[in-house]
Amino acid sequence: MIGAADDQLTIYERSKPGRRAFVAPPLDVPERPLDELLPPNLRRAEPPRLPEVAEPEIVRHFNRLSKRNFDLDTGFYPLGSCTMKHNPKLHERVAALPGHAKLHPLQDPRRAQGALELMWRLQESLGEIAGLPHVSLQPSAGSHGELAGVLLTRAFHEDHGENRTKVLTPDTAHGTNPATVTMAGYDVVHIGTDEHGNVDLDDLRAKANDDVACLMLTNPSTLGLFEPGIEEIAEIVHGVGATLYYDGANLNAIMGICRPGDMGFDIVHFNLHKSFTQPHGGGGPGAGPIAVSDRIEPYLPRPQVVRRDTDGNGGSAPYYDLDYDRPKSIGRLRGFQGNYGVFVRSYAYIRSLGASGLREVSEVAVLNANYLLARLRREGVLDLLPAAYERLCMHEFVLSGAPMKRELHIKTLDLAKRLLDFGVHPPTVYFPLIVDEALLIEPTETETKETLDRFAEIVAEILREAREDPDVALSAPYTTPVRRLDEAAAARHPVLRAPL
Amino acid sequence: MTRYTSATDDDRRAMLAEIGVESIEELFADIPDSLRLGRPLALDEGLSEQEVFEELRALAARNVSTEDEVSFLGAGMYDHYIPALVDSIILRSEFLTPYTPYQPEISQGGLAAMFEYQTAISELTGLPISNASVYEGPSAVAAAGYVAKLARGRERFVVSRGVHPHSREVLRTLARGWRMEVVEAPLKGGVTELPELDQGVSAVIVQQPNFLGAVEDLSALSGLAKHAGALTICSCDPLSLALLRSPGECGVDIAVGEGQPLGNRLDYGGPSFGLFAATEELMRRMPGRIAGETRDLDGKRGFVLTLQTREQHIRRERATSNICTAQALNALAGVIYLSWLGRRGIVELAELMVQRTAYAREALQAVDGVSLLHEQPVVREFALALEAPVDQVIARCREQGVNPGYALARDYPELGDGLLVAITEQRTRADIDRLVKALGSAVAAERTGSEVRA
Repeated sequence: MIGAADDQLTIYERSKPGRRAFVAPPLDVPERPLDELLPPNLRRAEPPRLPEVAEPEIVRHFNRLSKRNFDLDTGFYPLGSCTMKHNPKLHERVAALPGHAKLHPLQDPRRAQGALELMWRLQESLGEIAGLPHVSLQPSAGSHGELAGVLLTRAFHEDHGENRTKVLTPDTAHGTNPATVTMAGYDVVHIGTDEHGNVDLDDLRAKANDDVACLMLTNPSTLGLFEPGIEEIAEIVHGVGATLYYDGANLNAIMGICRPGDMGFDIVHFNLHKSFTQPHGGGGPGAGPIAVSDRIEPYLPRPQVVRRDTDGNGGSAPYYDLDYDRPKSIGRLRGFQGNYGVFVRSYAYIRSLGASGLREVSEVAVLNANYLLARLRREGVLDLLPAAYERLCMHEFVLSGAPMKRELHIKTLDLAKRLLDFGVHPPTVYFPLIVDEALLIEPTETETKETLDRFAEIVAEILREAREDPDVALSAPYTTPVRRLDEAAAARHPVLRAPL
Repeated sequence: MTRYTSATDDDRRAMLAEIGVESIEELFADIPDSLRLGRPLALDEGLSEQEVFEELRALAARNVSTEDEVSFLGAGMYDHYIPALVDSIILRSEFLTPYTPYQPEISQGGLAAMFEYQTAISELTGLPISNASVYEGPSAVAAAGYVAKLARGRERFVVSRGVHPHSREVLRTLARGWRMEVVEAPLKGGVTELPELDQGVSAVIVQQPNFLGAVEDLSALSGLAKHAGALTICSCDPLSLALLRSPGECGVDIAVGEGQPLGNRLDYGGPSFGLFAATEELMRRMPGRIAGETRDLDGKRGFVLTLQTREQHIRRERATSNICTAQALNALAGVIYLSWLGRRGIVELAELMVQRTAYAREALQAVDGVSLLHEQPVVREFALALEAPVDQVIARCREQGVNPGYALARDYPELGDGLLVAITEQRTRADIDRLVKALGSAVAAERTGSEVRA
């Protein structure tokens, strides 16, 4: 364990035997010897060595930790493909209402009508946004939605007597796509990208055959570009009997403008923690609902939230229920009904914005991205960090730091680290993989023009500074709680828990 | 303009001029006309904040929460008290609103909390390596199954019927894709009875305490698995581990579990988190984020996400899992809660539950028409057999403001009119006495009713 200053101590280093924050409620039943109730051979000899700390120090400890985090409520966070948009404060208030927060998941549906109606309405709304009629809210996050989608594909093919073995993913895909394919028991086949940043249609035609179960596609792609040939792609994929899967990570660009279902996609996942404002929480929770076409519907996970015309007790009001009677279902993907607390927030968001508000979100997201690209051009930034593709972008765009590396001798990583000193979260770096020294920038619709102007000026300033003295960027950051960390050593000699 | 966007008409004009286009419409030129929606989405128009609050409040009011009845529901999620400091900390924007800590220099708070969380889970489970969380309990069981598949490569899982029905179902959903077979081991006298294990078994999967509340003899079960060269996976209730021999001590290779009891709301089933800990041997096959300690350029202590060559964003189709966004904030609530309980507190809490549960179990089995489904030791949950239709008994109890527990019939038809009852520290002796009375009169009324009908 490395010696540390006071603001770096772990909670275990603040522990002292005898301190406590918890005081148990009184034992109000006759006490029986513990040995009678739990035989000693089943019991542990020593209690787990949890910290012993009183409430003031717990609060202070975690508050100190919090000050060592950068967050979206504090500054600009243009992390490409992650859609770091504002998280409305109302959502925490409504999610905390006891009727939502203290509802047991096994409560009788008749006594959870508010929750089930909310879920049903969210399903309907997401289905309309995706242009696909059937929605399951069950998956826990984007990659879980992907897994659901590929398993649905398998169930669909097997039900039609087919046993296909391959899934196509473009070389621009999120890492979760190929990882999901493997986890679902398929082989990955990569599809190339053409010189305009689109799916290479010749490569797709060459690799599409009746052994292919599915093509997983992000549209707009991770390059921030809309696939103009999407209709032809759908034709090729459907022509060999495969399904077309939509990775919804970039849905924020097209809400109310066009719909994956209309493009020919069979299955879509949503990241409620991206387009639909669930706070990211430093790495979750999220939720990854899926929307599917009629031909995929029979295989949706179980249970499904449904609206029935009557409650079966003679009532005439609509009744919301959990439907387990789904013989062709792939089964469950997780316990209970999904991340309901996330559904509450996303439903509140959709109700706040409505149809025209959601469209405005996408319009401004795309406007902000193109404006930021134009501003960076005006600052001369693109001379050293050219756009990977000279096109209008959608909600995000990719720059290549290759010329910067050549001419200024600083890498994309160094630029990112220097941005930290300016109070900005760096963009996504080194992704997509097909762009050398990639920088993927997604400003989102909730940023002001002034914030975008400032960001462009900061990047220009860093490049000017690097031209004079590259060492400034090479050794950055300087103002952060810690400086660059030795990640190689961490992986070589893993220290994954505190010594006690 | 929406209340979450700031582009005024002036801004738009200036921005479009900078881009060099006339209209926002032009920015969408790559989208073929044939694909344009050409109409507004069929959604209601937006509402003011006040109206949205009112609508969400009205929906909440149509749910019966644990504040509205005396609830003995458990079966995987439990109504524990959550101390106020949990909310006050996790609602801080510095924890609530960042992304996954890809830039460690400005994410030390989140990374240090993950490291502290991993330490606490490692202590509870008695296993050296914990990740920073997975989605939730049942999918954690399947994720552990995938690790066992990668590590052992054999064609079969043996899963106890004492494992949560949702966990068993998720495992089956995924095992189809892996072309693996899932065989169930029956319960006998409330605990797992393993069949003869052969060389085709990748893992034996059990739960502690099991779904019927019974404490399993984990050492014996893992010993049989080890003898056949299979891994042992145990889904654990983290609070029960305050008292029970740890999975690591019992020879378990992978401990997983539902993290909700640790400072997380019921939330109608989520979000919560799944805990996941394993032996050193399995470290490089673990799913999910793992925080590790290292130094910065100046030699100062710091934390990073580590062993990332397991993960999807580096290894793509060769990753050991596809998991990306998981449950960092929920796991943070977990480590705050465990710090609040502390080393002695967690034992005191668990002992209180054991005592009250014993009291409830004894009082309920004395009720006419009620008996125990098993007599194994329990911590906070136990199963009863009713000599009356369980659904009607539950309905009658609810009229008394008591939700007596979970009907076992859907998942265990072989157990007849079974009822699973959970006693957390929030259920007092007075609550338990009320349950005894409500259940007694409900069972009596149903039995009288059926005699009359007969």
